[in-house]
Amino acid sequence: MMKKNLTLIILGIVCLVFPLVVRSDYYQHLAIIAFIWVVVGSSWNLLAGYTGQVSFGHAIFFGIGAYTAGIFATKLGISAWWGMMFGGIVAMLIGLFVGWVCFRLRGPYFALGTLAGGEVFRLIATNWESLTDGMVGILIIQSFRSKLPYYYIALLLAFACVYAIHLIMKSKWGYYFVSIRENQDAAESLGINTLLYKNVSLLVSSFFTGMAGAFYMNYMAFIDPEVVFSLHYISIMAILVGIVGGVGTIMGPAVGAFIMVGVQETFRSSFFGLAPGWISQGHAMAFGLLVVFVIMFLANGVVGDWSKIKRYVFRIKPSSVS
Amino acid sequence: MALLEIKNLVKAFGGLKAVNDVTFHVDEGEIFGLIGPNGSGKTTTFNCINNYYPITSGDVVFKGKSIKGLKTHKVCHLGIGRTFQVVKPLARMTVLENVTASAFCRVNAIGEAQEEALKVLEFTNLIGEKDKLAKSLPIGGRKRLEIARALATKPELILLDETAAGLNPGELDEAIDLIKKMRDSGITILIIEHIMKVIMTISDRIHAINFGQTIASGTPEEVANNPAVIEAYLGVE
Repeated sequence: MMKKNLTLIILGIVCLVFPLVVRSDYYQHLAIIAFIWVVVGSSWNLLAGYTGQVSFGHAIFFGIGAYTAGIFATKLGISAWWGMMFGGIVAMLIGLFVGWVCFRLRGPYFALGTLAGGEVFRLIATNWESLTDGMVGILIIQSFRSKLPYYYIALLLAFACVYAIHLIMKSKWGYYFVSIRENQDAAESLGINTLLYKNVSLLVSSFFTGMAGAFYMNYMAFIDPEVVFSLHYISIMAILVGIVGGVGTIMGPAVGAFIMVGVQETFRSSFFGLAPGWISQGHAMAFGLLVVFVIMFLANGVVGDWSKIKRYVFRIKPSSVS
Repeated sequence: MALLEIKNLVKAFGGLKAVNDVTFHVDEGEIFGLIGPNGSGKTTTFNCINNYYPITSGDVVFKGKSIKGLKTHKVCHLGIGRTFQVVKPLARMTVLENVTASAFCRVNAIGEAQEEALKVLEFTNLIGEKDKLAKSLPIGGRKRLEIARALATKPELILLDETAAGLNPGELDEAIDLIKKMRDSGITILIIEHIMKVIMTISDRIHAINFGQTIASGTPEEVANNPAVIEAYLGVE
């Protein structure tokens, strides 16, 4: 227990001093993107990993959060930073609607429902031009030139999200979520209002995802429907972050976010310029291979199977020394 | 006073009436046995009581109020706990977590829920297994866990669906003791059971059904000697 706390404290200090030591905008940018994925992955994990309701449509909430912040800024002249709060709240309201429609379905049918929902919202954002400017997208002016403020806001958001989920999972809600995942019929007979608590899980999840989307708007200063409502860049990425890091673990998506951003960036930059340029086209395939590897050998993700990884590494070590 | 009244209960699946006009009542503090051959409609009756299935016609009255159409989780909050014949453990949770989850039915704080869960685990003699995953329990333990979870919701009436099936003779005696202990703690029990040793020794009254209809009702001796019951179980000479 002490050792675990110590690890977390060291991790916290590293996160806090990282941008002061590493002055490169490029690496600070990567860390900020990773923190956004910590939030989206952890939110997805609350709904899918802990409550057992696998969503293929988290881009809905990410996009709604981003567009709320963007529209507030361009149409109403309200700072996009206020949009962070409103983005979360509006995403939550949309979550209520998505839950009302999709929780009539169970298991894979729920997943398909959210998948379709994601496409519906992408098409709405593309075609409702009077509100969203369609494919033109929304452009705002960044508040800061330096990456530092963004870095610390993203870090705070990621910490708040992971810590909130940690607290939730130790409370009545957490027990109810996992009971629903394990057996919905048994949960219902034990006095758990399964429909209500699935919605609670969805609302918390959509709130944080919406905030992440609104932060993305603030940070990138440009969004269009193809990016923030994207099936593969957002919805599928959220799932990959969860699976690689560890479904149903607190720290899993946080670890998964850094791994996925690392892999994505390694390929996008053609192994930092060391490999031929065409290899950057291979990042989708690399994701695919990574997921296949994780599912075959680390079914519980990097965090869920951490003891397995350690055992494997320790078995290798002595033999390589002798 | 009748705690639970089943009035002219009918449950039809398409053209098949799985329960057809069954009427009985369970008095406060008694152990009431529901028996019948396989497929006679016993579990369906349970599923109608806690509205796992909607009732086709008839009524279910608990403490003088109709609970027909109430959501399953509300029925539990009113004070009817149940176990499942085909056990449904929350597999990847520990035994303690399983029972704690159901204890949240009455309390909100984690500390209180865990305290209640530990009491129930003590009562059901599962305390030694509290940190094991539910999926690692053998069938006897799983049946006990079903009972423990139902007890943690603090029911006034508990529906036990074949909790003794699949147990060895030693476990059977423990199960009988546990059921008696539950009754002595003030819980009314409605039990489905095939094992005659269990049902005949513990029941105050027994209701026998076949093909969804009542064939006999009364004390264990009366029901055991009823020709219709003998015919249903053993066939005609």
